[in-house]
Amino acid sequence: MSIQSRGDTVVLAAHRLTKQVSSPEGSLTILSNVSFRILAGESVAVVGPSGAGKSTLLALLAGLDLPSDGNVELNGANLSDLDEDGRARMRADSVGFVFQSFHLVPSLNALENVMLPLELAGRSDAHSVARDIIGKVGLRDRWSHYPAQLSGGEKQRVAIARAFATEPAVLFADEPTGNLDSRTGSNIMELMFDLNRSSSTTLVLVTHDEALAGRCERMLSLDAGLLISDTKAAP
Amino acid sequence: MRALTFAIRSFGRELRSAEVLVLLAAVILAVAALTAVGFLTDRIGKAVARQANEVLAADLRLRSQDPIPKLWRDVAGDYGLRTADIVSFPTVVYAGDDSALSTVVAVSNGYPLRGTVRIADQLFSEQREASGIPEPGEVWADSALLARVGADVGDSLIVGELDLRIAAVATYRPDQSIGFASLAPSLLMNIEDISASGLIGEGSRVRYALLVAGADADVSGFNDAIQDELPDSVRLRNQEESSERAVNAADRAQRFLSLTAVISLLLSAVAVAMSARRFAQRRMDTVALMKSLGATQRFVITVVLVQLLMLGVIGVVVGSAVGFVAEELLSWILADIIAGDLPEPGLMPVILASGSALVLLVGFALPSLIQLRNTPSLRVLRHDAMPPSPSRVLVAGLSLAAVAALLYRSVGDATMLVILLGGIVVIATALYLVGRGLVALMGRFRAGVGVAWRYGLANVARRGRASAVQVVAFGLGLTVLLLLTLVRTDLLESWRRTLDEDAPNHFLINIQRSERDSVANIFESQGVDPPDFAPLVRGRMTTINGISVKDRTYPAEDARWFVSREQNLSWASRLSSSNEIVEGEWWSADHDGPPLVSIEEDIAIDTGLTLGDRLQFEIAGQELEAQIASVRKINWDSFQPNFFLVLSPGALDDYPATFIASMRVEPEERSALVDLVRAHPTISVIDIDSVLQQVRGIIEKASLAVQAVFFFTIAAGIAVLFAAVQSTIDERRFESALLRALGAAKRTVFSGVMAEFAALGAAAGILASAGASILAAVIAVELFQLPYAFNPLLWIVGVTAGLVVVCASGYFAARSAINSAPIDVLRGAPQ
Repeated sequence: MSIQSRGDTVVLAAHRLTKQVSSPEGSLTILSNVSFRILAGESVAVVGPSGAGKSTLLALLAGLDLPSDGNVELNGANLSDLDEDGRARMRADSVGFVFQSFHLVPSLNALENVMLPLELAGRSDAHSVARDIIGKVGLRDRWSHYPAQLSGGEKQRVAIARAFATEPAVLFADEPTGNLDSRTGSNIMELMFDLNRSSSTTLVLVTHDEALAGRCERMLSLDAGLLISDTKAAP
Repeated sequence: MRALTFAIRSFGRELRSAEVLVLLAAVILAVAALTAVGFLTDRIGKAVARQANEVLAADLRLRSQDPIPKLWRDVAGDYGLRTADIVSFPTVVYAGDDSALSTVVAVSNGYPLRGTVRIADQLFSEQREASGIPEPGEVWADSALLARVGADVGDSLIVGELDLRIAAVATYRPDQSIGFASLAPSLLMNIEDISASGLIGEGSRVRYALLVAGADADVSGFNDAIQDELPDSVRLRNQEESSERAVNAADRAQRFLSLTAVISLLLSAVAVAMSARRFAQRRMDTVALMKSLGATQRFVITVVLVQLLMLGVIGVVVGSAVGFVAEELLSWILADIIAGDLPEPGLMPVILASGSALVLLVGFALPSLIQLRNTPSLRVLRHDAMPPSPSRVLVAGLSLAAVAALLYRSVGDATMLVILLGGIVVIATALYLVGRGLVALMGRFRAGVGVAWRYGLANVARRGRASAVQVVAFGLGLTVLLLLTLVRTDLLESWRRTLDEDAPNHFLINIQRSERDSVANIFESQGVDPPDFAPLVRGRMTTINGISVKDRTYPAEDARWFVSREQNLSWASRLSSSNEIVEGEWWSADHDGPPLVSIEEDIAIDTGLTLGDRLQFEIAGQELEAQIASVRKINWDSFQPNFFLVLSPGALDDYPATFIASMRVEPEERSALVDLVRAHPTISVIDIDSVLQQVRGIIEKASLAVQAVFFFTIAAGIAVLFAAVQSTIDERRFESALLRALGAAKRTVFSGVMAEFAALGAAAGILASAGASILAAVIAVELFQLPYAFNPLLWIVGVTAGLVVVCASGYFAARSAINSAPIDVLRGAPQ
């Protein structure tokens, strides 16, 4: 599949993104003048050494934080124009997350965790959709288990099911295999790419893992807050 | 709607987290303390309200210490009103060998004119409305009286010269004392038996009453007609004033009790605030996640509010149930000293407690929880992203407003509320500073102790603020409990010690002049020293220095009552050993000049009377004038007959007198008393020991009830400790794991944690013992003028109780930290 065949719809755009924070030693620039556009259905890896600004970029793209300068356009909306609740609604409609440390709600069971974003988006079919997708990630029989009763790999499967449940336009994954052993990690990535292919979701993946990055169609490299390369994998 | 279903669904799981349980427990405790007291005061209040409009058993009541002249009964008849008579007096009644002081209430047909008397056929059996009054030869006795003499219905009771059959248990009279019963339980009998009982003679302490009732217009006509005609000796009481007085008294008792409950409430508030903060911290990750998944602030806040409301509802339901049970216990403890039966409690206390629980949660939990909505969603990526702290002004303002709202009902007056709030702030600050001081002091010992203790004491010092709060929370509850147990008995004991070993233990009253020799003979024949007889003449003061007592002004309001009542006058040639002249001079033993009088010091001050003032008395229709020659101080604890006014010898020779005497009768000499009562039934023998026993019994029951309320305070202190431990439990788990990973034995970890609680408990015990000692000294010296004796037991019990309670609760609160495994250290330090 080529990018063109999905059309040229830009789903996520960064315009001259800059993020500065104040520190005891003065103002610290974490991201500087980062611009790019991501098309619908693309899978993009954000790579770079520790402290390059990967997580900050992810936070800005998902509207979890606001840039000091520049802006992010998600699904055509300028996130800087929205207030906190507006950005939350935007996430409920168009964004999914997979985190390194899973972030499941400990008081909810696996199924309820998957239902959570569906319910937040006001879906009346939350239960059936969640049952369906929890089956797809291979946890059909374990839906009633609580996070504490699941292994790391299983937790991440629940997190992935939760991320894909709303069929978001963009799915952000922050080191999704960082807390897993390599075998489980590659199974999880297999699952993620499968789901990515079968839906029209755009995947933005932050990772250290070169091999994992290599499986994405496109790779953005950050270093010291600067975008140093934007390469497309060979088709 | 979504938020609502989410809140309800996740609530069950939330309930399993320790901090939510502590929060819930604190709410339950607060509600339980409030409703326990609330139900009780509600029942007493209802009993009072029910009784208030029949408190006179009539529409009007004329009272006097003399028989009420027939004239007034006739006037009432002219107005078409119904009347009934009451004669009442204290006397000692006997059943077999047991005796008890009781109040005889002898009534005529028609009593009560308003309300009904209720009786039961047996002790503790179903009560019913009585028709009429006891038949001649029968009595209806209070259950308290029957309990004291060990008799039941059907037995006989010796009342003066009569042997009366107990026909029923009297459970309720409309004109019984309202709320808390008087010292002597009462005995209802027929007025026709009175003369045969021989109990009423010259000088008896008898009160007479004429009850009047009828149509409103007739009653007010009668009232207007007699108002100005009544002699001073007859007092007129009407319905309205009387019920107002009764309601006011009940109101004061209610306020006092609810203030005691408020202390538990305030401690619960501290626990609520602490656990809410912990709850908010623990929920931050979840909230950040939900926000990253698109939850709005409104969603977050709705979930918090709904769950808080659910906690409140559970707290109110469970707390009210606990309160209901506790009230049953309280009213059982107080059964003897609450007159009559109590109506069932209403729902009002639950409603008020619900309001208080809501205020508690809004004032103390909401400030922390409301901040949750501001949790940055960025926290899902960066764990150090925190919501801004709630504004201090908001937190302090909300909690102060909440405290004010909670107190207002107990205080019921804005000025008092401000004073009380100020007092609470000052006392809380002072206690907190003392707590900090104690905590700092504990930290000083670190250098000289082993590793476990050093670790424990370091923890106390490191969490200085929370430690001080816990010390104060426990210290407060313990102080009150120490006061009510040890200090109370200490005070009674030290009062008893001030009494002479040989102090008289019996009073003989109403001895006729002619009976003196016979009485002395009875004692002498049994080998007992006969008592000295003090004469007693009843008279009324009419003028002071020629001016009517009614027209004078007095320094103290009570003085008006003193000068217008009927006086007990006596005479003596020698100054009693329990008296001391403070002004003027005592007359010579053979004084035969014009009559002189010696006046008691406090009365002299209240009435403004001084040496040389001329007092005129009316005694049995004759006039007598005497000049004040001296002012005396009286030691009432001597239990010797004493009088406010004592005249010079000879002054009262021409007037009818009775005599009273006090004497010491050892247990083995009591048969002399039995002989005395058989030979002279009109002489009343009052056993001071048994009266003191009754007083002590009442004090014990009342303080037991207050103690029961203060157990909620201790429980609230435990809730504070649990909340404090919960808020540091992650740290504690990690530290324990770290210590064990570094090679500490589990035992060492355990000792370290327990050392911390032992230090806290000891500090709380010291605070409580010091507090109770200081209060005890103040109460003893200022209130009762007793020497204060330092009691080391107070400190031993106080510190031990602090240690035991805090260590035990601390162990339960922190056991997961004690048991944490070394492997936990790998799971990382808490954020």
